[in-house]
Amino acid sequence: MTVNRGVERELDMRTLTYWQAISEATVQCMQADERVLVVGEGVDDFRGTYGTTKEAFARFGPDRVVDVPNSENATAGLAVGAAVAGMRPLVVHTRADFMFLAMDALVNLAAKWRYMYGGDKGGAPVVMRGVVGRGWGQGATHSQSPHATFGHYAGLHVATPATPADAKGLLITALTSDTPTILIENRTLYPLTGEVPEEMTPVPFGVGRVARAGTDVTVVAASLMVHEAERAAEQLSAQGISVEVVDVRSIRPLDDTIICESVAKTGRLVVADTSWARYGFAAEVAAVVAERIPEALRSPVRRVTLPDCPAPVSWPLEEAFNPSATEIVKACLAVCDTTRSELPALETVTAGFQGPY
Amino acid sequence: MTSDRTRLIREMVRIRVVEEVLADYYRDEQEMRTAIHFSIGQEATAVGVLSATTPRDWVYAAHRTHAPYLAKGGDLRALVAELYGRQDGCSHGRGGSIHVIDQSVGFAGSGAILGEMISVAVGTGWAFARSGESRVALTFFGDGATEEGVFAESLNIAAVQRIPVVFVCENNLYSISSPLTARQPAGTSIRGRAEAAGVRAAAADGNDVFAVREAAEAALRHCRAGNGPYLLELATYRWREHVGPGWDHHHGYRSKQEIDSWIGRCPIQRAVAEVRAEEPGIDDLVRQWQAESQEEIHAAVAYAKELPFPDVAGLLDGAYLPVGR
Ligand SMILES: Cc1ncc(C[n+]2csc(CCOP(=O)(O)OP(=O)(O)O)c2C)c(N)n1
Ligand SMILES: [Mg+2]
Repeated sequence: MTVNRGVERELDMRTLTYWQAISEATVQCMQADERVLVVGEGVDDFRGTYGTTKEAFARFGPDRVVDVPNSENATAGLAVGAAVAGMRPLVVHTRADFMFLAMDALVNLAAKWRYMYGGDKGGAPVVMRGVVGRGWGQGATHSQSPHATFGHYAGLHVATPATPADAKGLLITALTSDTPTILIENRTLYPLTGEVPEEMTPVPFGVGRVARAGTDVTVVAASLMVHEAERAAEQLSAQGISVEVVDVRSIRPLDDTIICESVAKTGRLVVADTSWARYGFAAEVAAVVAERIPEALRSPVRRVTLPDCPAPVSWPLEEAFNPSATEIVKACLAVCDTTRSELPALETVTAGFQGPY
Repeated sequence: MTSDRTRLIREMVRIRVVEEVLADYYRDEQEMRTAIHFSIGQEATAVGVLSATTPRDWVYAAHRTHAPYLAKGGDLRALVAELYGRQDGCSHGRGGSIHVIDQSVGFAGSGAILGEMISVAVGTGWAFARSGESRVALTFFGDGATEEGVFAESLNIAAVQRIPVVFVCENNLYSISSPLTARQPAGTSIRGRAEAAGVRAAAADGNDVFAVREAAEAALRHCRAGNGPYLLELATYRWREHVGPGWDHHHGYRSKQEIDSWIGRCPIQRAVAEVRAEEPGIDDLVRQWQAESQEEIHAAVAYAKELPFPDVAGLLDGAYLPVGR
């Protein structure tokens, strides 16, 4: 199938999974630019980071797809140093939680490098991918979504791709831009399929996407929650409630305009995120609307986020812990003028997941 | 009859049986919804070291938790209940396999971010030393964790402050599927790095429970005498896949021959062979212990399954203590 995106030339589209799209972007960027290196623990192994680094290793070998010791702190600094010297390192973490060990180089150096040395000496364009261990039983330290943590720091770009096409396009942008960039990938998305252009087509940061058009309530979401919002919208449409789902694609830069245009139209806002409410993505979206179009809101903003505790392992607790389509439905009902407060629960996105990792 | 040596064998047999039975349940039922790392084949390290400690010594573990937890005397039923996510689990279902604890016996916790419990054990040893007690903190970690910066930092702090901590490195030659040779340079050793940092260190055959026990006694004596930290590098081998209940030779990162050669160096078989002369009835004893442990673990699983899950209303409990206005 081919599609014509505005004035651009026609693109050859195929159906790929989310992980295949990441793999394809990686391989194409490595082919286009020999300075691109993949760096990470086990990137060369038989699992190939959920398949995402497997083809790159098969094509380019250990010289450019580099298994490193368990040294996240030094690896982040290594990536900064290599980037400053002209390389394009793509550092991969099988859990985003491990990136906390890389914070110094990312936050104190990569984010600040260009500015701190006067703005005219070049930057440290490292790219780092982190996987969120949603599934089951990953617990407190293996399932966190730290996008807002990184989004806080000026100097970094942060993407939260929700579709295969965006997983590919945003990674291409990251690997060809001069800004240090973090990509947060929810593991639950890996098997998801979608249309992906065959060409090495970048998707710009800071340009959101209306995943589903609607008129009654806006759900702004990132990553996995875009799909949860779409499922919620489907259920609500049967009740006569029309939901617009906005996928921000990147949380920094954030597409304030698409958010405000949607809320100006619907007058109602629900924000859905896989992380906590306080000081998070949902708080930021609410703040943007409160600052820019306070008069547009016909009812208070609702945030569908994690409860204020670490992730538990026991499954009933875990099910209660993770925000879901069912909770988005409830939040939408609450902000709309309707007598219903809930609808039948939807199946969880992780149904069918098999362990252990 | 229950000499010290046979007691160590019995403890290894128990841990082996417990883990093998748990692995079967895990695979067949998919009801333990927690990432699980078995120590099958590595029992001698935990048993040899921890049998030399007292309940007042604290040990921390990494992600491979069950063997050190049980070897320290941790409650089996509370462990199994935790794996099944039950309220009566040792972490009330919040932690899973990687976050287990039994403070009553000095199993002080485990963590799955590589290296983090190395520095925590240094802190506990520091607290022990400051209170003037002759207690020792211990920390179990793999060869892979020694690549984290926190390992080097912890060695240095412990050495310069003469902190009573025993660093127990279970060197099983792999970090997931990466061989040690791809991660640490030839001609170096973990023990050597400890020594270079000013930490007294010894290496022992980690599949020889008696050698491990002896090395641990020396380490603990050193710490209790106020001589500062000690590192034990124990060579051993994981039989099963890194995470989960299965075997993994078909994945190609290590060969079946390699795994089989280590199964041939089974720590239990080896200890049994060593005591057979002094304890001619050892083979019967082992069979008896296996049967007892089978019964014990199946009963613990049956018990865990009858237990209630945590009440969802208590989801937030424990995140903070209640605070006033
Ligand atoms: C900081 C951090 N990085 C990476 C991981 C992923 N990881 C979990 S276990 C493991 C292997 C560790 O190997 P080793 O320390 O030798 O222990 P073993 O599994 O062999 O017992 C890795 C890389 C992690 N949990 N934490
Ligand atoms: Mg290891």
